[in-house]
Amino acid sequence: MGMIAIVNGRLCDPAAEALSEGIVLVHGDRIEAVGQADFPEAAEIVDARGMLVAPGIIDLGVFKTDKPAFHFSGITRAALMPDQSPVLDDPGLVQHAARAGKPDFWVHPLGAATRGLDGAELAEMALMKAAGARAIATGRRWIADSGVMLRVLRYAASLNLVVVTHAEDGGLANGAVATDGETASRLGLPSAPACAEAIAITRDIALAREAGARIHFRFVTTAAGFALIRAAKAEGLAVTCGVSPSYLFLNDAAVSDFRTFARLSPPLRDERDRLAAIEAVADGTVDVLCSGHDPRGPEDKRLPFADAEPGIAGAETLLPLSLNLVRDKRVSETRMMALLAANPAKLLGLDAGQLTPGAPADLILIDPDVPWIVDSNKMAAAAGNTPFDKLPVQGRARMIMKGGVIR
Amino acid sequence: MTLSPSPATGLVGRDNFPHRHLLGIANLAPHEIRFLLDEAEIWAALNRSEARKHDDRLAGLTQMNAFFEASTRTLLSFEVAGKRLGADVVNMHAAQSSVKKGETLIDTAVTLNSMRADVMVIRHMSSGAVQLIADKVDCPVLNAGDGRHEHPTQALLDAFTIRRRKGGFEGLVVTICGDILHSRVARSNMLCLTALGAQVRVCAPATLMPPAVERYRVMPFTDFNQALDGADVVMMLRLQNERMDGGFIPSAREFSLLYGLTPERLKRAKDDAIVMHPGPMNRGVEILSGVADDKDRSAITEQVEMGVAVRMACLDVLTRRQRGVPGWA
Repeated sequence: MGMIAIVNGRLCDPAAEALSEGIVLVHGDRIEAVGQADFPEAAEIVDARGMLVAPGIIDLGVFKTDKPAFHFSGITRAALMPDQSPVLDDPGLVQHAARAGKPDFWVHPLGAATRGLDGAELAEMALMKAAGARAIATGRRWIADSGVMLRVLRYAASLNLVVVTHAEDGGLANGAVATDGETASRLGLPSAPACAEAIAITRDIALAREAGARIHFRFVTTAAGFALIRAAKAEGLAVTCGVSPSYLFLNDAAVSDFRTFARLSPPLRDERDRLAAIEAVADGTVDVLCSGHDPRGPEDKRLPFADAEPGIAGAETLLPLSLNLVRDKRVSETRMMALLAANPAKLLGLDAGQLTPGAPADLILIDPDVPWIVDSNKMAAAAGNTPFDKLPVQGRARMIMKGGVIR
Repeated sequence: MTLSPSPATGLVGRDNFPHRHLLGIANLAPHEIRFLLDEAEIWAALNRSEARKHDDRLAGLTQMNAFFEASTRTLLSFEVAGKRLGADVVNMHAAQSSVKKGETLIDTAVTLNSMRADVMVIRHMSSGAVQLIADKVDCPVLNAGDGRHEHPTQALLDAFTIRRRKGGFEGLVVTICGDILHSRVARSNMLCLTALGAQVRVCAPATLMPPAVERYRVMPFTDFNQALDGADVVMMLRLQNERMDGGFIPSAREFSLLYGLTPERLKRAKDDAIVMHPGPMNRGVEILSGVADDKDRSAITEQVEMGVAVRMACLDVLTRRQRGVPGWA
């Protein structure tokens, strides 16, 4: 097996406090050495001058596997939401989904918590786990029946699977497409109060405590929600949460003019909640940054706002918008990679997301400063539904190595 | 030829109303609203004349009324308005259209556009749908109501009726009562009347009040008696039957008790207060017949009458550009 030496780059080890100088030596599909190490003359040299050398991004909770978009942002693995057609509630479907991206990137399916994601009958979690499911998810829905949710948590805990949940109380949020507030009222959109999230999180933390289960809130988007996560962590519960850049850089005013590209689930919140989300990333409350990648064509988006499907094509903007947090000095580069790679890997039980000897050679070179402009007409993604259209950003992946092979 | 400025606004031609479409009140300046009301005066006079009520300025133009949601009076009002101006008026009803066959809204819009309408009047059950269509067609679009969002010609005809009865808006207290949450009429009226200088109060059960409604610069009330105190205009909104089933309010009779406009209750308003209703009325629920039929107080039939005049004004103004009216090209 050949060796590849990545030289002259700055090493972005999620476990480290800060960037460091050194090389990364790859042997076969594994990292052989990191830091100040010798390498044989025969090794292939990759010059990473000006670049960050980082583990590949692991995007927790995408709705579609979309190779060009993932490649652009340096995503080497993606956890696929069970909200597919058909729903990933069956071992055969999970196994099929797990094979989809190889060898360029790996898809880790999230098995549906309940059959058809209907929130009633438990899905075959153990069989789905054997077929490759790395976690259990409620999808883009809330399980309304607390008894069902408790059983989901207990059963998943017994299999050592984390439950990825959607935090919106259904009674409040069903039929709503925006957050209560001036924008929703002026546009005449059905809306729900932001406390729909805190209600859901409160219940699910109580149930996770009862079940002794691990629970991950895929998106937390409100100040009240983050306060609950903080308290649960202080209590020592196995509670984690994620957020996508949309909630960090947009508020509910983005839906003005009925912009369906800003129709998200949960919906965008007010400015106070947006600032709370950035604070929660900075203070360590947030564990995961993810794209929620969901490319949608005009048949789903060029509709009246309330009739349009939620979701954005977020993969390409995940990395540059995360780098915004670094430029704003809210997180370090290494902490950013913990949010993008190491933490999701840990949640999913993956041997990945590290920049240490012995880890799989899933590596990316990030050019952190290269400027580009988001253009919904020229996306690498399967569709251009981005609320960040025409936004100038900086940073993209320049090289992707998956399993020791440059892709 | 030099064009003389409008006496009311001091503006010439298209500067009085530079918009291609009429999608809502939200993007109109107060002087633009006043311009449309001034224009409506001509048509109000014509409509009342004994002679033939016909003006052929829209002759040869095709007006398409595309109603994706059932309507009787608004559709009829637009049809009468278009015909009095000489336009060829055609109507499309959702019930008999390909919308029922699964065609997307955009495809329907493109289809209508290909038939080369010169002006379209559109109603749709989804907020924002009319704007979506307007972005795809080559002719001016009038919003005849989209979801809960806006119903601009209703607000204009209401303002026109109030102006004719009350002379102006400064210091005028207007109370709007009913299902504010689901009402596009309430939204357009809040925007229009506050822009014109009226003090607007909105009154509804707490379950039928939009969030952050005070951001419209209106005063919210849940107590109808308080909301009525000293009002110059009382505008009642229809309570839609589908909301009376216990979902938003316990029952129609309870609503009627708290929010029904009775002759007794009306005494709290000013002695010369007028009563309005966009129709259709639920007699005995939000309004009692004794009020609705009181000739001195009720402006309800006048609203319908002025609706035609206001819609004639809107159709005339919006088509001036393509008709090559001097100052509007």
